[in-house]
Amino acid sequence: MNAFAELLLRSIFLDNLALSFFLGMCTFLAVSKRVDTAFGVGLAVLVVQTVTVPVNNLIFTQLLAPGALAWAGLGDVDLSFLKLIAFIGVIAAMVQVLEMTLEFHVPKLHGAMGIFLPLITVNCAILGGSLFMVERSYSFGESVVFGFGSGLGWALAIVMFAAIRERLKYADIPDGLQGLGINFIVAGIMSLGFLAFAGMG
Amino acid sequence: MMKDSYWKILTRPLIDENPLTLQILGICSALAVTTSLDTALLMSLVVVCVLALGNGSVSLIRRQLPHSVRIIVQITIIASLVIVVDQILQAYAFEMSKRLSVFVGLVITNCIVLGRAQSYAMHNGFFASVLDGIGNGLGYSLILIIVGAIREFFGKGSLLNVQILVPVSEGGAFEPLHLMLLPPSAFFIIGGLIWFIRRKRPQQVEQPEFSLRAREQGSK
Repeated sequence: MNAFAELLLRSIFLDNLALSFFLGMCTFLAVSKRVDTAFGVGLAVLVVQTVTVPVNNLIFTQLLAPGALAWAGLGDVDLSFLKLIAFIGVIAAMVQVLEMTLEFHVPKLHGAMGIFLPLITVNCAILGGSLFMVERSYSFGESVVFGFGSGLGWALAIVMFAAIRERLKYADIPDGLQGLGINFIVAGIMSLGFLAFAGMG
Repeated sequence: MMKDSYWKILTRPLIDENPLTLQILGICSALAVTTSLDTALLMSLVVVCVLALGNGSVSLIRRQLPHSVRIIVQITIIASLVIVVDQILQAYAFEMSKRLSVFVGLVITNCIVLGRAQSYAMHNGFFASVLDGIGNGLGYSLILIIVGAIREFFGKGSLLNVQILVPVSEGGAFEPLHLMLLPPSAFFIIGGLIWFIRRKRPQQVEQPEFSLRAREQGSK
């Protein structure tokens, strides 16, 4: 149990997808003008990440990994090169299913994060999460924890970033830094702050 | 758009319409692979190849492609190209592909590739699309190489793994800046680059949402 808790904290703070691996940066910079939209995207990433990482884990270990097809008499087949295309397909399908389910059962939640869901398919935080899962060879249980933790970490980062940006509107910024430039500096300072969590381990 | 000379298509994305600093495309990978110059160079090569080939193939089938399924077809084309590149890297440059870790795979979701396929290759001819892909790839590479060179030089005192400054630990006078190898420095350097480019090209400056009264009075 302890190992799971450690992995959870690690994926939220120390290995924060947005601030230490720069994943999902395009969305991070583009939809963080206001806290409520940032909250919507954050929630959507959290949900999609929690679902897709374990599903991709199952697909990889049961179908694609070297020797995974031994039950079908194809023990020496290695399909792991297909992982990229399989993962992106799973993510696109999951996003579609999630969108339809939410629209049908929880229309209110769908209203809050609906427009961001299609965008999430090409968010590198999602594909990156699945690829990290393969690279670090997480078990199924670990991948559930990692998916949830990394999604939460990303959501936390974008909400905080949006809150800072809302305040920044009233600041006197040099012309050249206006907009994108200052956003990079702010993200850098936040990432510096998250580095402090390295002391926790 | 169609009247542009091929030379302009190729050079415009370098500074004037740089994908990273102006179009905000493909930032994720740009920041992560720039801890040293060699990974930055390799990543640039990968992105230029995928962009040129992807743009070219999307442009070839653009008249046959039904509008409703265009995105999934584009993603499939890009994913197949990336798989090929990934396999080539693993076969011929295994060490480097380990160091790039997941970021080769993430070229699929690199918004430059899909963004250019969608906004340029769908409306333009084959040759122009390939050039647009190469041009945008080079614009991306330019920033990557600058950031990679700065981070490796100040972080380790070397360029392309050739030691240039002798560090203090080996009797020299150079104290490596470890911050340069950590994530925050990439943000700061790109932020600084954007500032520099916009000083030179003031038309790229974004207008503030609110102007400060003190500033308005000051400028009168």
